[in-house]
Amino acid sequence: MMPLLTTKGLGKSYGGLKAVDGVDFSLMPGEIRAIIGPNGAGKTTFVSLVCGRVHPSAGMIVFDGEDITSMPPHQRVRHGIAYTFQITSVFANLTAYDNVALPVQRTLQGGHGHKAVHAGVMEALARTGLAGREDVLAGHLSYGHQRLLEVAMGLALKPRLLILDEPTQGLSDGEIDGFITLVREIAGSATVLLIEHNMQVVMKLADRITVMNGGTILAEGTPEQISANADVQHAYLGTPADE
Amino acid sequence: MAFGPHLLLATLEGLVTSAVLALMALGLSLVFGVMRVVNVAHGEFFMLGAVLAWAVTATLGGNPAIGFLAALVISPLIVGAVALLAEQLVLKRLNYNPEATIVATIGLLYIIQQLALTFYGPDARPVAAPFNYRISLPWFGYSGYKLSIIGASAILLIATWFVLTRTRIGLVMRATQYDSETAQAFGIPVERVYAGVFALGAMLAAVAAVLIVPISQAHYLMGLDPLLLSFIVVIIGGLGSLRGTVVAALLIGVSDGVISVFFSPTLAKIIATLVVAMVLVFRPQGLFGTARR
Amino acid sequence: MRHDGFKPAALHVAVIALLFALNFMLPDYHHGLLARIMVLAVFAMGYNLLFGYVGLLSLGHAMFFSAGLYGSGLAIYHLGWSVPAAFGAGLVSGAALSLVIGLLALRTTGVAFMIVTMMFAQVFYLSILYFAQWTGGDQGLVLQQSQRLIEVGGVTLDLTEPVTRYMAALGLFSVVLVATLFIARSAFGRVLVAIRENEERTKMLGYDTFANKLAAVVASGVICAASGAAYALLFGYVGSTLASVQYSILPLLWVLLGGAATTLGPLVGTVFMYYVIDVTSGYTSAYMLVVGIALILLVLYFPKGVLGTIRDRWVRWLP
Repeated sequence: MMPLLTTKGLGKSYGGLKAVDGVDFSLMPGEIRAIIGPNGAGKTTFVSLVCGRVHPSAGMIVFDGEDITSMPPHQRVRHGIAYTFQITSVFANLTAYDNVALPVQRTLQGGHGHKAVHAGVMEALARTGLAGREDVLAGHLSYGHQRLLEVAMGLALKPRLLILDEPTQGLSDGEIDGFITLVREIAGSATVLLIEHNMQVVMKLADRITVMNGGTILAEGTPEQISANADVQHAYLGTPADE
Repeated sequence: MAFGPHLLLATLEGLVTSAVLALMALGLSLVFGVMRVVNVAHGEFFMLGAVLAWAVTATLGGNPAIGFLAALVISPLIVGAVALLAEQLVLKRLNYNPEATIVATIGLLYIIQQLALTFYGPDARPVAAPFNYRISLPWFGYSGYKLSIIGASAILLIATWFVLTRTRIGLVMRATQYDSETAQAFGIPVERVYAGVFALGAMLAAVAAVLIVPISQAHYLMGLDPLLLSFIVVIIGGLGSLRGTVVAALLIGVSDGVISVFFSPTLAKIIATLVVAMVLVFRPQGLFGTARR
Repeated sequence: MRHDGFKPAALHVAVIALLFALNFMLPDYHHGLLARIMVLAVFAMGYNLLFGYVGLLSLGHAMFFSAGLYGSGLAIYHLGWSVPAAFGAGLVSGAALSLVIGLLALRTTGVAFMIVTMMFAQVFYLSILYFAQWTGGDQGLVLQQSQRLIEVGGVTLDLTEPVTRYMAALGLFSVVLVATLFIARSAFGRVLVAIRENEERTKMLGYDTFANKLAAVVASGVICAASGAAYALLFGYVGSTLASVQYSILPLLWVLLGGAATTLGPLVGTVFMYYVIDVTSGYTSAYMLVVGIALILLVLYFPKGVLGTIRDRWVRWLP
């Protein structure tokens, strides 16, 4: 099977500092992949390179067989790469409905009618458990609900690859359980790339784990292999998980 | 007159324009550099400086030199006070938000212009030069006063440069310009620096106006053209760069002088404005500035 | 916001009906003034599309207004075109100019965008003065009554006749009002608001924000040009004052006053400002003072304008 996403020698340096350094990475369709690593390991920079928010200084990115290295971010979204932000950035002054309507109306082929948009919005809100809150301004939602709204917006893009950047940060335990169920469900129709600090979430969700450190890939494998890996123990698991 | 002397005359006139322009643009540049405020009313501070110079000399009468020197002191002080008032009453309350302050300074522009029209009137009035000495060149005589403007401007620019780079006040201003939050954390009274810089910017415009008014007359609409030219100078020179401002003022002033002698002044303005707009579009850091962080 | 569109639609129909009824009720002076206000409110609506919805503050919209003004005025004055053709020429001029300006100015953001638009408008204004041979310079051009007639199937409409002029202004106003209501509630309008709120996020939802902003600049430019073209045809005067920097500031003032990003705000702001100036001019000629103080008070205490404040406090459904 052909990988959905491949990077070759991908790098990004700011001045002299190499945030991401020569990363070779590949992701198979249907996988749930977690990227873990200490703060400053280059995880967010790496996914930002994939979704196009940051321009690489070296290397190439191939998505579904196509070189997307120099493609602007909005076109990558159209090719099926969706990114949910680490820092919640829903449109605070718009209603939850309008927040989700934006991605819904873009993915609708042909029918831009109010009805089609309405149906799509309600579906995405229902899937993320936000039904009934459509008229609330996003900025007035609780933090956990804002994170869910962020995921609803990602979902509504009908992505083939959904990148979630620290989605459970700041959520309560109950919310995290609901979130794990949601991601499993999403994985039925999309490949999921997840940056996560909460090791419980990672162990429950991920098919495979990639460990980054100092801008490079330190190890990669199944959750069992990673927990047994001495290098990883040393570099990462030895430090508190919520650092 | 032959071409050579004609060109010399045009260059001299251009240098006078440059001298005044550099002072005025420096005020605009300081205010934008330190406060991030685009002061659209800067031209009106210039106009106010000229009108007040007329008012001071007309009130004092007597020896033009004494009247002029008095105007050179009093007019910038009053203009500085007006600017300080506007800063405290309006800009400070807008938290120096860049877009809101532009709208507010447009409002200020209209208010000052209207007050000048109401109390000073629609006429253009001259102010006597402090001295009338003509320097005889082989081809034409040239006003000694005009040359003294260039000298005065140079002295003021050097003084400003000295204050900015060699004194504690300058250090405080540069620190605020670089990062106002950190400056605040280090105990720099950022609000007082802002108030001071805004007043200083306006005073530089007023000084420029007092210097030019003996050769150009005071009029309530005289602020708009210098405002646009200062914008041009600040943009070309790169924001917050004193050296860039002076170089750009020389470039714009002399080329404006030369072009105006040989071509239509309207065409010169069209070309200059268009060129500058293009610089902003394609090279926003200015021709001499370096890219910002 | 979900749109159960009845109340807003009813409100807009009521406003148009009221303006229609006023045609038969107003004394001559106010009748003429309101016709002018409606044409200028179209200018404000065009400005509002860009400033209110997309959040792009232009200081150069006088050039789009006067592109319509001169586009249609010169076509009649020099080429002897008919009124409809001249109106079309005005729209095309506005579209072409706004496309070029948009492509250039949208490379900048924030304060630089404001200054760049102001400079392009200044170039446009100075060009009108420079080409005085054709434009009449600061004297301007006056279009004769004979040039401002529309022949429709044997009937001649005379745009210098007050009722015809009022109805023409109302017609244009209504079309643009309905169009802005439609845009504001369309998928396109939602994207424009999203760009205003957070452009980076909008990109990450798959939108080409540059293309959307460019479309908004052109739509805004065409609406402003329609206002300018109507001004030339209805009031018969084409002059450089209407291209000066003051006419870039006025629509900003009207929109701020009435309420940015509200469909009826531009009308409210224009009516209000005209009558404030009209009333105060009875006591003082210092109208610039009124404009200046209004601008400062608005940004200080009332940044959302009349309708924006009403929407926030009481009437959430107001479009």
